[in-house]
Amino acid sequence: MSTVAETQIKLTPEHDARPGASVRSRLQDLLPKIVLAPSFAATIVFVYGFILWTIYLSFTNSKTFPSYAITGARAYQRLWRWTFESDPPSSWYTSITNMGIFGFLYILICLALGLFLAILLDQKIRGEGVLRPIYLYPMALSFIVTGVAWKWFLDPGLGLEQTLHQWGWTSFHFDWIKNKDFVIYTVVIAGVWQASGFIMAMFLAGLRGIDGEIMKAAQIDGASTFQLYRRIVIPLLRPVFLSAFIVLAHLAIKSYDLVVALTSGGPGGSAWLPSNFMYEFTFKRNEMAVGSASAVIMLMTITAIIVPYLYSELREKSR
Amino acid sequence: MLRKLLIGTALATSFAFSAHAADVKEVQMLHWWTSGGEAAALNVLKQDLAKEGYAWKDVPVAGGGGDAAMTALKAMVAAGNYPTASQMLGYTVLDYAAAGVMGDLTETAKKEGWDKSVPAALQKFSVYDGKWVAAPVNVHSVNWLWINKAVMDKIGGTEPKTFDDFVALLDKAKAAGVIPLALGGQNWQEATMFDSVVLSTGGPEFYKKAMNDLDEESLKSDTMKKSFDNLAKLVKYVDPNFSGRDWNLATAMVIKGDALVQVMGDWAKGEFHAANKTPGTDFLCYRFPGTDGSVIYNSDMFGMFNVPDDRKAAQVALATATLSKSFQSAFNVVKGSVPARTDVPDTDFDACGKKGIADLKKANEGGTLFGSLAQGYGAPPAVANAYKDVVSKFVHGQIKSSDEAVTELVKAIDDAK
Repeated sequence: MSTVAETQIKLTPEHDARPGASVRSRLQDLLPKIVLAPSFAATIVFVYGFILWTIYLSFTNSKTFPSYAITGARAYQRLWRWTFESDPPSSWYTSITNMGIFGFLYILICLALGLFLAILLDQKIRGEGVLRPIYLYPMALSFIVTGVAWKWFLDPGLGLEQTLHQWGWTSFHFDWIKNKDFVIYTVVIAGVWQASGFIMAMFLAGLRGIDGEIMKAAQIDGASTFQLYRRIVIPLLRPVFLSAFIVLAHLAIKSYDLVVALTSGGPGGSAWLPSNFMYEFTFKRNEMAVGSASAVIMLMTITAIIVPYLYSELREKSR
Repeated sequence: MLRKLLIGTALATSFAFSAHAADVKEVQMLHWWTSGGEAAALNVLKQDLAKEGYAWKDVPVAGGGGDAAMTALKAMVAAGNYPTASQMLGYTVLDYAAAGVMGDLTETAKKEGWDKSVPAALQKFSVYDGKWVAAPVNVHSVNWLWINKAVMDKIGGTEPKTFDDFVALLDKAKAAGVIPLALGGQNWQEATMFDSVVLSTGGPEFYKKAMNDLDEESLKSDTMKKSFDNLAKLVKYVDPNFSGRDWNLATAMVIKGDALVQVMGDWAKGEFHAANKTPGTDFLCYRFPGTDGSVIYNSDMFGMFNVPDDRKAAQVALATATLSKSFQSAFNVVKGSVPARTDVPDTDFDACGKKGIADLKKANEGGTLFGSLAQGYGAPPAVANAYKDVVSKFVHGQIKSSDEAVTELVKAIDDAK
């Protein structure tokens, strides 16, 4: 112990006249790095490390357990073949077409509905403080709760249809959740219900950030309300669109629990998303290589969409 | 100073080792029997072990259910932290045995005479490479009909002996305004029913060839096509809301008398018991028409891991208690299944249980005891799930004809092999 203290005393004067200040300032310089280091290391290992690990596994012949010998791209060949098997649909074909339908409608409707609700709430109405949390609240629920609640609500024997039949409207018919061709739209309904309030809050924050002077100037110039929103407000909300899009896109792609809770996979597996496919193949069917390959394809798809969008948005901002 | 440290470390280590030298009086168990009846059944085993001085420790699994447990097991084994035993199904045991992480219970098996008392078909999954690696807990069988007796009396039905009888019976129920067939439209339930349909349509020989040996000729034969046609006939008798329904809700429909019959494994009996129904007076259990004499089984096993030496004594105690006649009887009376050894007296079982035990014995001797493909005892999980996909897509209309179904089945199984 004593040796350590001695060396410090010996060393410090050579660097700085005041030893205490030097240690402190050096520590201050280092502090952010020290604090960030654990999370940085964790991210490197658990995110990027496992991405590489998954890519590696997708080229092996892993079944129940990982195997380490590279055996080629057989898993990708199988996925590629399944991509074009539409009649009868292969599980992979169903998953990716569902992803397209779900992702497109979910993001579009959430953005449109969120913006619309935000604009309505922004009209300086009474009771905004009550209305806002009501719309926002579904976001506080987990996907499982949302899924189960909508499962019961949409079940023709329990929920909406049954109730309307009891009230006398016996010709009412709504069995999408039991229908292989429409079940994915019920996932959209539940997803939109959950997320649109949150998107509304994002837009509302954006609307509140717009300078009132610009609005007034436009009004003096004789712009109608529609023109005001079309030409001024919505273009100014562009950064909010970016954030909302990113949030929604990643929610859409990781939607796994919603499908499970709402449809338990749908009739004949017709509600699967790629995440369900990945889990099924990796953990239930002991086809780890195929599961990994599907995960890699999901990652590449996200990258292909998000990176160019981020790049263009951020480059414009820095200009 | 360094030397001091080394000595200290050595001392501490040796102390730790000497502390471990005594046997660990604890059984670490991974399982997903947490619901009422199953937990009660498992308590019998806990008490048996407690009498011998072994404590029971559940390995916690978040989320419950077999899938979550298997994911947890995979992680534990990958980390080298084996539980004493884990509840396992079919090919999972063999997968882990092939990975070399299972223990060896052959000595205990010899002493207890498991080779003779456990049906050979089960040993396919509990013995790997000549070594006992798992202790079977029970035998479930899936080719059963569960019928509400009050509804049966009302429509004047009798036990159907052939598939055509069965269809006629369903017609009667339909005419009386009852839902004829209670089915949960999830792929494993549909495929479980289809197991019975194939056995009924093609007979025992055909079932074995197609569903256990995965013989391609049989899989694309006309008999298989006919099986799919028969399945289509049955599906006409379900209610429109069947898709996605859980199996126990379908059983509840039969219990309440909303539906006449459910085709389901004998775990459905647990639901009848929980509702205080008695076999013979409230409900009837028949073999699926045309499958009498054969048993399509699945079985819960306790896979025994290759634990360190100090935990082996506890493992042997667990395995011995699991296959003891008293536990086999007590557990299976509650669980609804039948004992995994054929020499357990059936005195405590109800009428359905007695029939199950007799059927198992007969099937074991006659060579008509087959693994259920839907339950993962006919082929490895990849194949079994590919099969479930095809059956489910056929039931829900993505696959439109039995010709197409057979082609898809061959393709899917080929892909998964």
